[in-house]
Amino acid sequence: MNNEVTIPATGQVTTDKETIVLIEGLYKSFGEDNPVLKGVALTVKKGENLVLLGRSGSGKSIIIKCIAGLVTYDQGSIQVMGTEINGLTNQQLNELRLKMGFLFQNAALYDSMTVRENLAFPLKRHSPEKTEQEVTEAITAELESVGLAEAIDKMPSELSGGMRKRVGLARTLILNPLLMLYDEPTTGLDTITSREISELILQIQQKNKTSSIIITHDMACARLTGDRIVILENGIIHAEGTYDELAQSKDTWVRSFFT
Amino acid sequence: MITSLKNIFNDTGTITRFMARFFSELLHRPFEMKEFLRQCYFIGYKTLPLVGITGFIMGLVLTLQTRPTLAGFGAESWLPGMVALSLVREIAPVITALICAGKISSGIGAELGSMKVTEQIDAMEVSGINPYKYLVVTRVLATTLMVPLLVFFADAIGMAGGYAGINIHSDVNLYRYSSQVLESLDYIDVIPPTIKSFFFGFFIGSIGCYKGFTAANGTESVGKAANASVVSASLAIFIIDMLAVQITDLFM
Repeated sequence: MNNEVTIPATGQVTTDKETIVLIEGLYKSFGEDNPVLKGVALTVKKGENLVLLGRSGSGKSIIIKCIAGLVTYDQGSIQVMGTEINGLTNQQLNELRLKMGFLFQNAALYDSMTVRENLAFPLKRHSPEKTEQEVTEAITAELESVGLAEAIDKMPSELSGGMRKRVGLARTLILNPLLMLYDEPTTGLDTITSREISELILQIQQKNKTSSIIITHDMACARLTGDRIVILENGIIHAEGTYDELAQSKDTWVRSFFT
Repeated sequence: MITSLKNIFNDTGTITRFMARFFSELLHRPFEMKEFLRQCYFIGYKTLPLVGITGFIMGLVLTLQTRPTLAGFGAESWLPGMVALSLVREIAPVITALICAGKISSGIGAELGSMKVTEQIDAMEVSGINPYKYLVVTRVLATTLMVPLLVFFADAIGMAGGYAGINIHSDVNLYRYSSQVLESLDYIDVIPPTIKSFFFGFFIGSIGCYKGFTAANGTESVGKAANASVVSASLAIFIIDMLAVQITDLFM
Protein backbone atom coordinates (compact mmCIF):
# COMPACT_ATOMS: atom_id res chain seq x y z
CA MET A 1 0.00 0.00 0.00
CA ASN A 2 1.39 3.36 -1.02
CA ASN A 3 0.93 5.86 1.77
CA GLU A 4 2.47 8.80 -0.06
CA VAL A 5 0.05 11.61 -0.83
CA THR A 6 0.65 13.77 -3.89
CA ILE A 7 0.38 17.45 -3.10
CA PRO A 8 0.64 19.22 -6.46
CA ALA A 9 2.07 22.70 -6.74
CA THR A 10 -0.37 25.34 -7.88
CA GLY A 11 -0.56 25.58 -11.63
CA GLN A 12 1.01 22.21 -12.38
CA VAL A 13 -0.84 19.50 -14.29
CA THR A 14 -0.05 16.25 -15.90
CA THR A 15 -1.47 15.48 -19.30
CA ASP A 16 -1.77 12.60 -21.72
CA LYS A 17 -3.95 11.55 -24.64
CA GLU A 18 -6.59 10.12 -22.34
CA THR A 19 -7.26 13.42 -20.58
CA ILE A 20 -10.93 14.46 -20.63
CA VAL A 21 -10.66 17.49 -18.36
CA LEU A 22 -7.51 19.53 -17.96
CA ILE A 23 -7.52 22.47 -15.56
CA GLU A 24 -4.48 24.69 -15.16
CA GLY A 25 -3.97 27.61 -12.75
CA LEU A 26 -7.67 28.31 -12.28
CA TYR A 27 -8.52 31.50 -10.43
CA LYS A 28 -11.96 32.80 -9.59
CA SER A 29 -13.08 35.46 -7.16
CA PHE A 30 -16.41 37.07 -6.37
CA GLY A 31 -15.56 40.71 -5.75
CA GLU A 32 -12.13 42.01 -4.89
CA ASP A 33 -11.96 40.55 -1.39
CA ASN A 34 -13.45 37.13 -1.99
CA PRO A 35 -11.15 34.83 -3.95
CA VAL A 36 -12.65 31.35 -4.19
CA LEU A 37 -10.21 29.49 -6.43
CA LYS A 38 -6.50 30.30 -6.18
CA GLY A 39 -4.75 28.41 -8.94
CA VAL A 40 -6.43 25.01 -9.05
CA ALA A 41 -4.87 22.41 -11.34
CA LEU A 42 -6.32 18.98 -11.96
CA THR A 43 -6.96 16.39 -14.62
CA VAL A 44 -9.66 13.81 -15.20
CA LYS A 45 -8.80 10.87 -17.40
CA LYS A 46 -11.03 8.87 -19.69
CA GLY A 47 -13.30 6.54 -17.71
CA GLU A 48 -12.08 7.91 -14.38
CA ASN A 49 -14.20 8.93 -11.41
CA LEU A 50 -12.61 11.87 -9.61
CA VAL A 51 -14.03 12.80 -6.23
CA LEU A 52 -13.68 16.38 -4.99
CA LEU A 53 -13.67 16.70 -1.22
CA GLY A 54 -13.40 19.79 0.90
CA ARG A 55 -15.16 21.90 3.45
CA SER A 56 -18.20 23.96 2.45
CA GLY A 57 -17.09 27.10 0.63
CA SER A 58 -13.77 25.64 -0.48
CA GLY A 59 -14.72 26.15 -4.14
CA LYS A 60 -15.71 22.63 -5.23
CA SER A 61 -19.02 23.56 -6.88
CA ILE A 62 -17.44 26.56 -8.60
CA ILE A 63 -14.94 24.25 -10.31
CA ILE A 64 -17.64 22.10 -11.92
CA LYS A 65 -19.73 25.17 -12.75
CA CYS A 66 -16.68 26.62 -14.53
CA ILE A 67 -16.27 23.33 -16.42
CA ALA A 68 -19.94 23.46 -17.50
CA GLY A 69 -19.58 27.11 -18.53
CA LEU A 70 -22.12 28.29 -15.97
CA VAL A 71 -19.55 30.48 -14.23
CA THR A 72 -16.79 32.37 -16.01
CA TYR A 73 -13.35 32.18 -14.46
CA ASP A 74 -10.90 35.04 -14.02
CA GLN A 75 -7.64 33.38 -14.97
CA GLY A 76 -6.29 30.00 -16.01
CA SER A 77 -7.42 27.37 -18.43
CA ILE A 78 -10.08 24.66 -18.57
CA GLN A 79 -9.96 22.22 -21.46
CA VAL A 80 -12.79 19.75 -21.85
CA MET A 81 -12.07 17.03 -24.39
CA GLY A 82 -9.37 19.26 -25.84
CA THR A 83 -11.56 22.37 -26.12
CA GLU A 84 -10.73 25.48 -24.12
CA ILE A 85 -13.91 26.75 -22.42
CA ASN A 86 -12.97 30.42 -22.32
CA GLY A 87 -13.73 32.27 -25.50
CA LEU A 88 -16.29 29.81 -26.87
CA THR A 89 -19.39 31.29 -28.50
CA ASN A 90 -22.75 30.32 -27.01
CA GLN A 91 -23.33 27.87 -29.85
CA GLN A 92 -19.90 26.24 -29.43
CA LEU A 93 -20.42 26.04 -25.68
CA ASN A 94 -23.84 24.41 -26.15
CA GLU A 95 -22.30 21.85 -28.52
CA LEU A 96 -19.64 21.02 -25.92
CA ARG A 97 -22.27 20.85 -23.17
CA LEU A 98 -24.02 18.06 -25.07
CA LYS A 99 -21.00 15.90 -24.20
CA MET A 100 -21.41 16.73 -20.51
CA GLY A 101 -24.04 15.77 -17.97
CA PHE A 102 -24.67 17.71 -14.77
CA LEU A 103 -26.55 16.29 -11.81
CA PHE A 104 -27.51 19.18 -9.55
CA GLN A 105 -27.71 18.94 -5.79
CA ASN A 106 -31.52 18.96 -5.80
CA ALA A 107 -31.80 17.31 -9.22
CA ALA A 108 -33.25 20.56 -10.70
CA LEU A 109 -36.19 18.81 -12.35
CA TYR A 110 -38.54 21.12 -14.24
CA ASP A 111 -41.46 21.52 -11.83
CA SER A 112 -44.08 22.19 -14.48
CA MET A 113 -43.26 19.03 -16.48
CA THR A 114 -43.91 15.36 -15.82
CA VAL A 115 -41.00 12.92 -15.58
CA ARG A 116 -41.64 11.95 -19.23
CA GLU A 117 -41.54 15.61 -20.33
CA ASN A 118 -38.42 16.27 -18.26
CA LEU A 119 -36.59 13.57 -20.20
CA ALA A 120 -38.16 14.36 -23.55
CA PHE A 121 -37.33 18.07 -23.34
CA PRO A 122 -33.54 17.87 -23.99
CA LEU A 123 -33.88 14.79 -26.21
CA LYS A 124 -36.38 16.37 -28.62
CA ARG A 125 -34.25 19.53 -28.79
CA HIS A 126 -31.10 17.76 -29.79
CA SER A 127 -32.59 14.88 -31.79
CA PRO A 128 -35.55 16.45 -33.63
CA GLU A 129 -35.45 13.62 -36.19
CA LYS A 130 -36.59 11.10 -33.56
CA THR A 131 -40.23 10.00 -33.81
CA GLU A 132 -42.55 10.11 -30.78
CA GLN A 133 -42.21 6.34 -30.46
CA GLU A 134 -38.40 6.51 -30.50
CA VAL A 135 -38.47 9.26 -27.89
CA THR A 136 -40.80 7.21 -25.66
CA GLU A 137 -38.59 4.14 -26.07
CA ALA A 138 -35.48 6.12 -25.14
CA ILE A 139 -37.21 7.62 -22.09
CA THR A 140 -38.50 4.23 -20.94
CA ALA A 141 -35.07 2.62 -21.38
CA GLU A 142 -33.36 5.40 -19.42
CA LEU A 143 -35.93 5.28 -16.62
CA GLU A 144 -35.59 1.49 -16.45
CA SER A 145 -31.83 1.85 -16.11
CA VAL A 146 -32.34 3.96 -12.97
CA GLY A 147 -35.16 1.71 -11.75
CA LEU A 148 -37.99 4.21 -12.11
CA ALA A 149 -40.00 3.12 -15.14
CA GLU A 150 -43.25 3.31 -13.16
CA ALA A 151 -42.76 7.03 -12.41
CA ILE A 152 -42.91 8.10 -16.06
CA ASP A 153 -46.14 10.11 -15.76
CA LYS A 154 -45.59 11.51 -12.28
CA MET A 155 -44.87 15.14 -11.50
CA PRO A 156 -41.57 15.98 -9.72
CA SER A 157 -43.56 17.05 -6.63
CA GLU A 158 -44.82 13.46 -6.30
CA LEU A 159 -41.28 12.02 -6.11
CA SER A 160 -39.07 11.45 -3.08
CA GLY A 161 -35.56 12.96 -2.88
CA GLY A 162 -33.92 9.76 -4.06
CA MET A 163 -36.38 9.35 -6.93
CA ARG A 164 -35.77 12.93 -8.01
CA LYS A 165 -32.02 12.28 -8.10
CA ARG A 166 -32.60 9.16 -10.22
CA VAL A 167 -34.84 11.04 -12.64
CA GLY A 168 -32.24 13.82 -12.76
CA LEU A 169 -29.63 11.20 -13.64
CA ALA A 170 -31.86 9.66 -16.31
CA ARG A 171 -32.48 13.11 -17.83
CA THR A 172 -28.75 13.70 -17.99
CA LEU A 173 -27.91 10.25 -19.34
CA ILE A 174 -30.48 10.40 -22.14
CA LEU A 175 -28.03 12.57 -24.12
CA ASN A 176 -25.20 10.01 -23.67
CA PRO A 177 -22.64 12.34 -22.08
CA LEU A 178 -18.92 11.51 -22.01
CA LEU A 179 -18.31 13.54 -18.87
CA MET A 180 -20.59 13.55 -15.81
CA LEU A 181 -20.49 16.29 -13.19
CA TYR A 182 -22.19 15.40 -9.89
CA ASP A 183 -22.86 18.14 -7.34
CA GLU A 184 -23.37 16.38 -4.01
CA PRO A 185 -25.44 13.50 -5.43
CA THR A 186 -26.23 11.90 -2.06
CA THR A 187 -26.92 15.01 0.02
CA GLY A 188 -30.17 14.82 1.97
CA LEU A 189 -30.68 11.12 1.32
CA ASP A 190 -30.82 8.24 3.81
CA THR A 191 -27.95 5.75 3.98
CA ILE A 192 -29.64 3.09 1.85
CA THR A 193 -30.73 5.51 -0.88
CA SER A 194 -27.27 7.16 -0.81
CA ARG A 195 -25.69 3.78 -1.42
CA GLU A 196 -28.13 3.08 -4.28
CA ILE A 197 -27.23 6.40 -5.91
CA SER A 198 -23.51 5.73 -5.43
CA GLU A 199 -23.91 2.28 -7.04
CA LEU A 200 -25.78 3.90 -9.89
CA ILE A 201 -22.89 6.33 -10.43
CA LEU A 202 -20.52 3.38 -10.54
CA GLN A 203 -22.79 1.50 -12.98
CA ILE A 204 -22.90 4.54 -15.26
CA GLN A 205 -19.11 4.72 -15.28
CA GLN A 206 -18.77 1.03 -16.08
CA LYS A 207 -21.61 0.81 -18.60
CA ASN A 208 -21.10 4.06 -20.51
CA LYS A 209 -17.33 4.46 -19.91
CA THR A 210 -17.96 8.02 -18.77
CA SER A 211 -15.52 10.17 -16.83
CA SER A 212 -16.96 11.85 -13.75
CA ILE A 213 -16.24 14.56 -11.25
CA ILE A 214 -18.15 13.89 -8.05
CA ILE A 215 -18.45 16.51 -5.35
CA THR A 216 -19.49 14.92 -2.10
CA HIS A 217 -19.27 15.09 1.67
CA ASP A 218 -20.44 11.48 1.89
CA MET A 219 -17.32 9.39 2.52
CA ALA A 220 -19.15 6.13 1.73
CA CYS A 221 -20.00 7.56 -1.70
CA ALA A 222 -16.41 8.77 -2.15
CA ARG A 223 -15.03 5.34 -1.23
CA LEU A 224 -17.41 3.47 -3.51
CA THR A 225 -17.30 5.72 -6.56
CA GLY A 226 -13.90 7.45 -6.52
CA ASP A 227 -10.90 6.18 -8.44
CA ARG A 228 -9.01 9.20 -7.20
CA ILE A 229 -9.78 11.85 -4.58
CA VAL A 230 -8.74 15.49 -4.56
CA ILE A 231 -9.09 17.53 -1.37
CA LEU A 232 -9.59 21.26 -1.72
CA GLU A 233 -8.77 23.76 0.99
CA ASN A 234 -9.43 27.50 0.61
CA GLY A 235 -9.38 27.39 -3.17
CA ILE A 236 -6.22 25.32 -3.61
CA ILE A 237 -5.64 21.58 -3.89
CA HIS A 238 -4.35 20.37 -0.57
CA ALA A 239 -4.02 16.65 -1.24
CA GLU A 240 -4.62 14.08 -3.94
CA GLY A 241 -4.60 10.30 -3.99
CA THR A 242 -6.71 7.17 -3.73
CA TYR A 243 -9.13 6.68 -0.84
CA ASP A 244 -6.76 4.35 0.97
CA GLU A 245 -3.75 6.59 0.43
CA LEU A 246 -5.50 9.64 1.81
CA ALA A 247 -7.13 7.73 4.67
CA GLN A 248 -3.65 6.78 5.86
CA SER A 249 -2.05 10.15 5.16
CA LYS A 250 0.46 11.61 7.60
CA ASP A 251 -1.43 14.89 7.35
CA THR A 252 -3.91 14.87 10.26
CA TRP A 253 -6.17 17.42 8.55
CA VAL A 254 -6.46 15.14 5.50
CA ARG A 255 -7.08 12.12 7.73
CA SER A 256 -9.85 14.01 9.55
CA PHE A 257 -12.06 13.61 6.47
CA PHE A 258 -11.87 9.85 6.78
CA THR A 259 -12.57 9.41 10.46
CA MET B 1 -25.31 58.96 -2.75
CA ILE B 2 -22.75 58.36 -5.52
CA THR B 3 -22.94 54.60 -4.90
CA SER B 4 -26.75 54.71 -5.15
CA LEU B 5 -26.59 56.63 -8.40
CA LYS B 6 -23.99 54.20 -9.71
CA ASN B 7 -26.27 51.29 -8.79
CA ILE B 8 -29.26 52.91 -10.52
CA PHE B 9 -27.23 53.42 -13.72
CA ASN B 10 -25.84 49.89 -13.47
CA ASP B 11 -29.35 48.44 -13.07
CA THR B 12 -30.68 50.56 -15.93
CA GLY B 13 -27.86 49.37 -18.18
CA THR B 14 -28.37 45.72 -17.22
CA ILE B 15 -32.14 45.76 -17.73
CA THR B 16 -31.74 47.61 -21.06
CA ARG B 17 -29.31 44.93 -22.28
CA PHE B 18 -31.69 42.25 -21.02
CA MET B 19 -34.60 43.79 -22.96
CA ALA B 20 -32.51 44.45 -26.07
CA ARG B 21 -31.53 40.77 -26.15
CA PHE B 22 -35.24 39.95 -26.61
CA PHE B 23 -35.24 41.47 -30.11
CA SER B 24 -32.10 39.64 -31.25
CA GLU B 25 -33.28 36.29 -29.84
CA LEU B 26 -36.78 36.77 -31.26
CA LEU B 27 -35.49 36.65 -34.83
CA HIS B 28 -33.40 33.49 -34.45
CA ARG B 29 -34.45 29.86 -34.56
CA PRO B 30 -35.75 27.81 -32.87
CA PHE B 31 -39.13 29.52 -32.42
CA GLU B 32 -40.60 28.10 -29.23
CA MET B 33 -44.14 28.03 -30.61
CA LYS B 34 -45.56 25.46 -28.20
CA GLU B 35 -44.28 27.28 -25.13
CA PHE B 36 -45.41 30.62 -26.59
CA LEU B 37 -48.96 29.32 -27.08
CA ARG B 38 -48.93 27.85 -23.56
CA GLN B 39 -47.93 31.25 -22.20
CA CYS B 40 -50.63 32.98 -24.26
CA TYR B 41 -53.16 30.62 -22.69
CA PHE B 42 -51.95 31.33 -19.15
CA ILE B 43 -51.39 35.05 -19.62
CA GLY B 44 -54.38 35.79 -21.83
CA TYR B 45 -57.15 33.28 -21.25
CA LYS B 46 -56.52 32.76 -17.53
CA THR B 47 -56.63 36.52 -16.90
CA LEU B 48 -59.93 37.04 -18.72
CA PRO B 49 -62.23 36.56 -15.67
CA LEU B 50 -60.26 39.03 -13.53
CA VAL B 51 -60.09 41.62 -16.31
CA GLY B 52 -63.78 41.03 -17.13
CA ILE B 53 -64.99 41.59 -13.56
CA THR B 54 -62.76 44.63 -13.09
CA GLY B 55 -63.79 46.05 -16.47
CA PHE B 56 -67.50 45.72 -15.67
CA ILE B 57 -67.06 47.40 -12.28
CA MET B 58 -64.97 50.20 -13.86
CA GLY B 59 -67.72 50.97 -16.40
CA LEU B 60 -70.51 50.74 -13.83
CA VAL B 61 -68.79 52.91 -11.19
CA LEU B 62 -67.58 55.47 -13.72
CA THR B 63 -71.16 55.87 -14.99
CA LEU B 64 -72.70 56.13 -11.54
CA GLN B 65 -70.08 58.62 -10.32
CA THR B 66 -70.26 60.85 -13.42
CA ARG B 67 -74.03 60.85 -13.90
CA PRO B 68 -74.92 63.40 -11.14
CA THR B 69 -72.40 65.96 -12.44
CA LEU B 70 -73.60 65.65 -16.05
CA ALA B 71 -77.25 65.66 -14.90
CA GLY B 72 -76.52 68.97 -13.09
CA PHE B 73 -75.63 70.53 -16.46
CA GLY B 74 -78.51 68.80 -18.21
CA ALA B 75 -75.98 66.82 -20.23
CA GLU B 76 -77.02 63.34 -19.18
CA SER B 77 -77.23 62.27 -22.82
CA TRP B 78 -73.45 62.68 -23.11
CA LEU B 79 -72.94 59.97 -20.53
CA PRO B 80 -72.42 56.98 -22.93
CA GLY B 81 -69.89 58.89 -25.01
CA MET B 82 -68.03 60.18 -21.99
CA VAL B 83 -67.83 56.74 -20.42
CA ALA B 84 -66.65 55.21 -23.70
CA LEU B 85 -63.94 57.85 -24.23
CA SER B 86 -62.69 57.59 -20.63
CA LEU B 87 -62.57 53.82 -20.79
CA VAL B 88 -60.96 53.48 -24.21
CA ARG B 89 -58.42 56.28 -23.92
CA GLU B 90 -57.21 55.87 -20.38
CA ILE B 91 -58.99 53.84 -17.74
CA ALA B 92 -59.21 50.42 -19.39
CA PRO B 93 -55.57 50.33 -20.66
CA VAL B 94 -54.06 51.56 -17.40
CA ILE B 95 -56.23 49.52 -15.02
CA THR B 96 -55.85 46.37 -17.16
CA ALA B 97 -52.09 46.89 -17.29
CA LEU B 98 -51.95 47.37 -13.52
CA ILE B 99 -53.97 44.17 -13.02
CA CYS B 100 -51.57 42.37 -15.35
CA ALA B 101 -48.60 43.81 -13.45
CA GLY B 102 -50.07 42.38 -10.26
CA LYS B 103 -51.06 39.02 -11.65
CA ILE B 104 -48.75 38.29 -14.58
CA SER B 105 -45.53 40.17 -13.82
CA SER B 106 -45.40 38.92 -10.24
CA GLY B 107 -46.24 35.40 -11.44
CA ILE B 108 -43.43 35.44 -13.98
CA GLY B 109 -41.02 36.94 -11.43
CA ALA B 110 -41.87 34.27 -8.86
CA GLU B 111 -41.83 31.41 -11.38
CA LEU B 112 -38.49 32.31 -12.95
CA GLY B 113 -37.05 33.28 -9.55
CA SER B 114 -37.98 29.88 -8.21
CA MET B 115 -36.48 28.20 -11.29
CA LYS B 116 -33.29 30.19 -10.79
CA VAL B 117 -33.02 29.33 -7.10
CA THR B 118 -33.66 25.61 -7.69
CA GLU B 119 -31.07 25.59 -10.52
CA GLN B 120 -33.66 24.67 -13.17
CA ILE B 121 -32.40 27.52 -15.37
CA ASP B 122 -28.82 26.24 -14.98
CA ALA B 123 -30.04 22.72 -15.79
CA MET B 124 -31.58 24.03 -19.00
CA GLU B 125 -28.35 25.80 -19.89
CA VAL B 126 -26.10 22.79 -19.30
CA SER B 127 -28.34 20.62 -21.46
CA GLY B 128 -27.64 22.98 -24.35
CA ILE B 129 -31.01 24.77 -24.31
CA ASN B 130 -31.06 28.57 -24.40
CA PRO B 131 -33.11 29.48 -21.29
CA TYR B 132 -33.50 33.10 -22.37
CA LYS B 133 -35.17 32.02 -25.58
CA TYR B 134 -37.34 29.36 -23.99
CA LEU B 135 -38.36 31.24 -20.86
CA VAL B 136 -38.01 34.96 -21.56
CA VAL B 137 -38.79 35.43 -25.26
CA THR B 138 -41.97 33.33 -25.07
CA ARG B 139 -43.26 35.14 -21.98
CA VAL B 140 -42.42 38.67 -23.15
CA LEU B 141 -43.92 38.02 -26.57
CA ALA B 142 -47.05 36.56 -24.97
CA THR B 143 -47.53 39.56 -22.64
CA THR B 144 -46.85 42.00 -25.49
CA LEU B 145 -49.60 40.45 -27.60
CA MET B 146 -52.06 39.45 -24.87
CA VAL B 147 -52.23 42.71 -22.88
CA PRO B 148 -53.69 44.71 -25.84
CA LEU B 149 -56.28 41.94 -26.36
CA LEU B 150 -57.16 42.06 -22.67
CA VAL B 151 -57.50 45.84 -22.96
CA PHE B 152 -59.99 45.43 -25.85
CA PHE B 153 -61.89 42.92 -23.74
CA ALA B 154 -61.89 45.34 -20.76
CA ASP B 155 -63.14 48.13 -23.07
CA ALA B 156 -66.08 46.00 -24.22
CA ILE B 157 -67.00 44.72 -20.76
CA GLY B 158 -66.52 48.21 -19.30
CA MET B 159 -69.03 49.59 -21.77
CA ALA B 160 -71.45 46.83 -20.81
CA GLY B 161 -70.94 47.97 -17.19
CA GLY B 162 -71.66 51.53 -18.31
CA TYR B 163 -74.88 50.37 -19.97
CA ALA B 164 -75.93 48.66 -16.74
CA GLY B 165 -75.06 51.82 -14.76
CA ILE B 166 -77.13 54.09 -17.04
CA ASN B 167 -80.11 51.78 -16.82
CA ILE B 168 -80.17 51.92 -13.02
CA HIS B 169 -81.55 55.47 -13.18
CA SER B 170 -82.97 55.74 -16.68
CA ASP B 171 -84.19 53.55 -19.47
CA VAL B 172 -81.85 53.53 -22.49
CA ASN B 173 -82.07 50.68 -24.96
CA LEU B 174 -78.92 48.83 -26.08
CA TYR B 175 -79.13 50.04 -29.69
CA ARG B 176 -79.24 53.72 -28.68
CA TYR B 177 -76.47 53.26 -26.13
CA SER B 178 -74.25 51.45 -28.66
CA SER B 179 -74.89 54.13 -31.31
CA GLN B 180 -73.90 56.91 -28.91
CA VAL B 181 -70.77 55.04 -27.85
CA LEU B 182 -69.65 54.38 -31.43
CA GLU B 183 -70.43 57.96 -32.54
CA SER B 184 -68.24 59.35 -29.79
CA LEU B 185 -65.23 57.26 -30.70
CA ASP B 186 -62.76 58.12 -33.44
CA TYR B 187 -59.60 56.34 -34.68
CA ILE B 188 -57.46 58.81 -32.74
CA ASP B 189 -59.20 57.62 -29.57
CA VAL B 190 -58.45 53.95 -30.23
CA ILE B 191 -55.04 53.78 -31.92
CA PRO B 192 -52.80 55.54 -29.33
CA PRO B 193 -54.15 53.50 -26.38
CA THR B 194 -53.69 50.32 -28.42
CA ILE B 195 -50.07 51.24 -29.17
CA LYS B 196 -49.36 52.03 -25.54
CA SER B 197 -50.95 48.71 -24.52
CA PHE B 198 -48.26 46.88 -26.51
CA PHE B 199 -45.63 48.81 -24.56
CA PHE B 200 -47.41 48.01 -21.29
CA GLY B 201 -47.37 44.32 -22.21
CA PHE B 202 -43.72 44.38 -23.24
CA PHE B 203 -42.61 46.01 -20.00
CA ILE B 204 -44.84 43.83 -17.81
CA GLY B 205 -43.27 40.69 -19.30
CA SER B 206 -39.71 42.04 -19.48
CA ILE B 207 -39.63 43.33 -15.91
CA GLY B 208 -41.10 40.09 -14.52
CA CYS B 209 -38.58 38.02 -16.46
CA TYR B 210 -35.65 40.26 -15.50
CA LYS B 211 -36.48 40.19 -11.80
CA GLY B 212 -36.93 36.41 -11.87
CA PHE B 213 -33.85 35.74 -13.97
CA THR B 214 -31.63 37.86 -11.73
CA ALA B 215 -32.98 36.52 -8.44
CA ALA B 216 -30.14 35.75 -6.03
CA ASN B 217 -29.85 32.32 -4.49
CA GLY B 218 -32.21 31.55 -1.61
CA THR B 219 -35.96 31.19 -1.31
CA GLU B 220 -36.32 34.67 0.15
CA SER B 221 -35.28 36.12 -3.18
CA VAL B 222 -38.28 34.50 -4.91
CA GLY B 223 -40.67 36.64 -2.87
CA LYS B 224 -38.47 39.67 -3.44
CA ALA B 225 -38.44 39.03 -7.20
CA ALA B 226 -42.26 38.79 -7.28
CA ASN B 227 -42.66 41.93 -5.21
CA ALA B 228 -40.07 43.91 -7.17
CA SER B 229 -41.75 42.83 -10.43
CA VAL B 230 -45.11 44.33 -9.39
CA VAL B 231 -43.60 47.56 -8.07
CA SER B 232 -41.31 48.14 -11.07
CA ALA B 233 -43.93 47.13 -13.65
CA SER B 234 -46.57 49.41 -12.06
CA LEU B 235 -44.14 52.33 -12.03
CA ALA B 236 -43.19 51.61 -15.65
CA ILE B 237 -46.90 51.62 -16.62
CA PHE B 238 -47.43 55.12 -15.18
CA ILE B 239 -44.27 56.47 -16.82
CA ILE B 240 -45.21 54.97 -20.21
CA ASP B 241 -48.76 56.34 -19.82
CA MET B 242 -47.46 59.83 -19.08
CA LEU B 243 -45.15 59.74 -22.10
CA ALA B 244 -47.89 58.28 -24.32
CA VAL B 245 -50.36 61.02 -23.33
CA GLN B 246 -47.75 63.72 -24.03
CA ILE B 247 -46.92 62.25 -27.44
CA THR B 248 -50.60 61.76 -28.36
CA ASP B 249 -51.29 65.34 -27.32
CA LEU B 250 -48.89 66.55 -30.01
CA PHE B 251 -51.13 65.03 -32.71
CA MET B 252 -54.51 66.08 -31.29
